[in-house]
Amino acid sequence: MPSSDLINLAYLAAAVLFIFGLKGLTHPRTAVRGNALGALGMLLAVVVTLLDRQIIGFWTIALGLLVGAGIGILLAVRIQMTAMPQLVALFNGFGGAASALVAGATLADPELFFTSGAVSELVASVASGIIGAVTFWGSLIAFAKLQELISGKPYRFPGQQPLNIALLVVMIILLLWTLADPGRAPIAFWLGVVAASAFGVMLVLPVGGADMPVVIALLNSLSGLAASAVGFVLSNSVLIISGSLVGSAGFILTVIMCKAMNRSLLDVMLGSLGSAEQDSGEEIYQGKITSTSADEVAMLLESSQRVCIVPGYGLAVAQAQHAVRDLTEMLEEAGLEVYFAIHPVAGRMPGHMNVLLAEAKIDYEQLKDMDQANPLFAQTDVVLIIGANDVVNPLARDPASAIAGMPILDVDKARTVVVIKRSLSPGFAGIANPLFVADNTMMLFADAQKALIDLIAALDTK
Amino acid sequence: MGTFVAGLTIFVLAVFVGLEIINKVPPTLHTPLMSGSNAISGITLIGALLAAGVESTLWAQLLAFCAVVFASVNLVGGFLVTHRMLRMFQRR
Repeated sequence: MPSSDLINLAYLAAAVLFIFGLKGLTHPRTAVRGNALGALGMLLAVVVTLLDRQIIGFWTIALGLLVGAGIGILLAVRIQMTAMPQLVALFNGFGGAASALVAGATLADPELFFTSGAVSELVASVASGIIGAVTFWGSLIAFAKLQELISGKPYRFPGQQPLNIALLVVMIILLLWTLADPGRAPIAFWLGVVAASAFGVMLVLPVGGADMPVVIALLNSLSGLAASAVGFVLSNSVLIISGSLVGSAGFILTVIMCKAMNRSLLDVMLGSLGSAEQDSGEEIYQGKITSTSADEVAMLLESSQRVCIVPGYGLAVAQAQHAVRDLTEMLEEAGLEVYFAIHPVAGRMPGHMNVLLAEAKIDYEQLKDMDQANPLFAQTDVVLIIGANDVVNPLARDPASAIAGMPILDVDKARTVVVIKRSLSPGFAGIANPLFVADNTMMLFADAQKALIDLIAALDTK
Repeated sequence: MGTFVAGLTIFVLAVFVGLEIINKVPPTLHTPLMSGSNAISGITLIGALLAAGVESTLWAQLLAFCAVVFASVNLVGGFLVTHRMLRMFQRR
């Protein structure tokens, strides 16, 4: 049986493996190995924990691992890449739930688990319950919205903000209450879980579809913090370290996503955009739209040299990533240069479009982020916009508009813009897009998948 | 308070390590980063194992069992789906 020093050294090794693993994720070439290192670290941590002399009952553990791993494998293997945002949301939620449950289990038998009598451990257990429950319920709502079990639209009711603030205050008071008398921890824990569950639901309900990347990143961060809090309960260093690594990863992504929409985290959580009556643009568009056909676009492409494709959520909805790849290959065979311009909030989670295009075996070197793509548009013959709207809306440059200051892809600088879209309906921001009536813009009204197939057929017959 | 301060120290230092590394992850890999780091938050399984493995009340056992299930879904599913995604990033 290993001594506790040996166990802690193994935990340290696991934490180092996690850090190298995350470092591996900084480049596509090293990323697979990085992820494997992380998994190896996890295996190490689990094995030494099972060798811990305190652990005597193996049946509960064996059954739990078997059930959990089975479900995990099934979900991971079956999931479609387009549904990745909801799966990640679900996994986040499960992580949060697990952390809350661990804290709950220790509090159910405090004489056994809290022998040191440290106040901080009992307060941390209440905090684990609170953070874990917010993560779990927030993630479930995010999952339900993404899976379209409930409407993806922001949901608000009178008194929502005061209620949220009240719940927040209750949770803080419960923590202080435990600090004052640690014997109250078990009661405070369950009261905290109830308040936090309500808070988690309230937190995500007002968030609209296009803001999902922010929320998923935030929940990711919270699931890490919950694990860290459990680390404080059990005085376990590997839990504290891994939890804070995940917490900071989620935090950075949250900040990046907010910046990409020029919105504060508070605005996102309050669902404050799109609440006012917006002009859906009927009269702006009236009679000024240039509609086009697949044949016409094919002809246009044939006389071009450099083509940019801007994918948006519409591409994911239509499952059109493979059709995009076919079109790309066709254009490249004809000697054209093709690149992809990807806005940071395209899709429903950070990097969602990149994964879809990678699934379709498109070289990652062809995927340009906003800063790389914007200087290229002026030298681009045709920009094909597939299912994106707000991220290419030039109104963002108008200080008076609802999306003023949001960084956009400057597609209107290209010679010709072709927008593939089912209708003129506005995007999440609920505002008209003057790009659609620009002189150099043509609209191809169709489902992304169908439009691409027609386009490929048109190019084929040439 | 000794162990708490020690814990807080490594927590804060690990936050800085995390911020430093993750700032370098390119946007292309943000989804795998998220699901991969999410899998790492499955580390809470260690806590679940410690809670499930001891002789305790039935209620504590039940909660711990659920914790093991949730954490291992998160952990196993997270690493596997990240692996699936990352294998798709390639150069032609």
